[in-house]
Amino acid sequence: MSERLSVRKTYKLYIGGAFPRSESGRSYAVTGAKGEFLANASKASRKDVRDAVTAARKAFAGWSAATAYNRGQILYRIAEMLEGRRAQFVSEVAEADGVSGKKAGELVDAAVDRLVWYAGWSDKISSLRGSSNPVAGPYFNLSTPEPTGVVGIVAPPMGPLFGLVSVIAPVIVTGNTCVVIASERAPLPSITLAEVLATSDLPGGVVNILTGSAGEMAPWLAGHMDVNGIDLTGADAELAQKCEELAAENLKRVLRPNGKTDWAADPGTGRMTAFLETKTVWHPIGI
Amino acid sequence: MSIPTASSNASLRASLHGLPGVDRVGADARAAGLGTRSIKTSAKRQAIDMAISMVDLTTLEGADTRGKVRAMCAKAVHPDPTDPTVPKVAAVCVYPDLVAEARDVVGSSGVKVASVATAFPSGRSSLEVKVADTAMAVAAGADEIDMVIDRGAFLSGDYLKVFEEIQAIKEACGEAHLKVILETGELATYDNVRRASWLAMMAGGDFIKTSTGKVQPAATLPVTLVMLEAVRDFRDREGRMVGVKPAGGIRTTKDAIKMLVLVNETAGPDWLDPDWFRLGASSVLNDLLMQRQKLTTGRYAGPDYFTLD
Repeated sequence: MSERLSVRKTYKLYIGGAFPRSESGRSYAVTGAKGEFLANASKASRKDVRDAVTAARKAFAGWSAATAYNRGQILYRIAEMLEGRRAQFVSEVAEADGVSGKKAGELVDAAVDRLVWYAGWSDKISSLRGSSNPVAGPYFNLSTPEPTGVVGIVAPPMGPLFGLVSVIAPVIVTGNTCVVIASERAPLPSITLAEVLATSDLPGGVVNILTGSAGEMAPWLAGHMDVNGIDLTGADAELAQKCEELAAENLKRVLRPNGKTDWAADPGTGRMTAFLETKTVWHPIGI
Repeated sequence: MSIPTASSNASLRASLHGLPGVDRVGADARAAGLGTRSIKTSAKRQAIDMAISMVDLTTLEGADTRGKVRAMCAKAVHPDPTDPTVPKVAAVCVYPDLVAEARDVVGSSGVKVASVATAFPSGRSSLEVKVADTAMAVAAGADEIDMVIDRGAFLSGDYLKVFEEIQAIKEACGEAHLKVILETGELATYDNVRRASWLAMMAGGDFIKTSTGKVQPAATLPVTLVMLEAVRDFRDREGRMVGVKPAGGIRTTKDAIKMLVLVNETAGPDWLDPDWFRLGASSVLNDLLMQRQKLTTGRYAGPDYFTLD
């Protein structure tokens, strides 16, 4: 009997719940920490960005209207699915970051824990950010947080799984949908994460993941008039400034962290509240 | 084939069934092939402006109000109020009772007022009612009448009834242009589409239109191709030019540009004019405007900055 041929995975994009190749047909070679070839990944173009934004916008109505409880359950479900494929993620993270299996295992566990942590916030964030406001008039005055809309995310180049989960989870748990530009250097775990998302009851289009050059795609995302917010965590200083200027045209919410983010630290609620808006209702009383 | 005086069903039947059959696979492949043309940059800009100037901006809902029609007509005259270089659309298309309202808003802007008539969309009524329906729309100021054919009569082979009905409506139209809706989604075969096209043209229709927009499938590319071939052949044989209006299901700029390519390659550039080719649609206009803005500003446009309709 002849030796069995290996079946290798084709890494594609994740748009609207499907796994298409880049519209441009381009791909690029992804190498591990030691420079060895790992796989070819799709190199998405501006038109893939456009399609991803369309998919995210389409998904926004349903996802933002889902109950907080439901969104929390789905985030827990993502954590469960991630846990179930732990071994695969450990080997991908180890290859991408050039760390030992033990260290990679810790990073994957941290990503699962981070998802569970954010899942718990789904029905609590409105208590934290909402308020009943004392006003000088016969009104009951109530403020509640609402999701901003479609958020573009430039994922951090380091921490291909833990960093990625740490930027996606806070955006979607509150009801936003997102278009993520994965780490250009280490995109493979992001597509494996997309396989997890696709099997977690997360509606298609809530998270869209593009691999390729952040420098090429991020400005299109930042300039897009149908994107409501942008997280520039993974952009270098020059790119971040360019994106910030483009984002001003339609007054996008911009999240641009100062300095290097320590993912292991307690994340706080800042990443969630960055993409929330406040709705205030005045209701007459005593009439 | 010469135009019969339509003395009988038999003579009409002989003419229509004497038309060559349509190769379904060939028509589908031809339309799909033409749909792959890549139209970019300055050509795209021209195509978008041409498509905007060919739109029949349509609202045909039971829930239409006078206010909705007024808003739509204002948009027809100035599709993008922030950019005066955007051309006005060709016409607005409404139900007969709202024609006066539309007429009032479009005024002398050059945008035409079209009205559906003849018991739209089913066409199931007596000839008297259909003629009265048409007369009412014309009296209210309609420039164009979109009539539906009696598909039941057509499919059962009663071509004379369809022929005479179109003639009667054409007479009731007076000065107004007559567009004949074939409702291709109910005609089952491309052969029937070709026959219905010829029947409508022989009876005096100024335009042939694919669909009411109430039946799926509506304006597909191959059906439009068959109709464009029919108007081309009709002009060659009879010397009279008839327009084509695909309607229903045209939602994106890409759809609209595919239609324009089809017109140029099938009927010829003579038809690339709002007088001879129209796009019956509503949602496509916003997409055309968004694509136009993308070409102007270099950034992708969002629907938040265009009217909801």
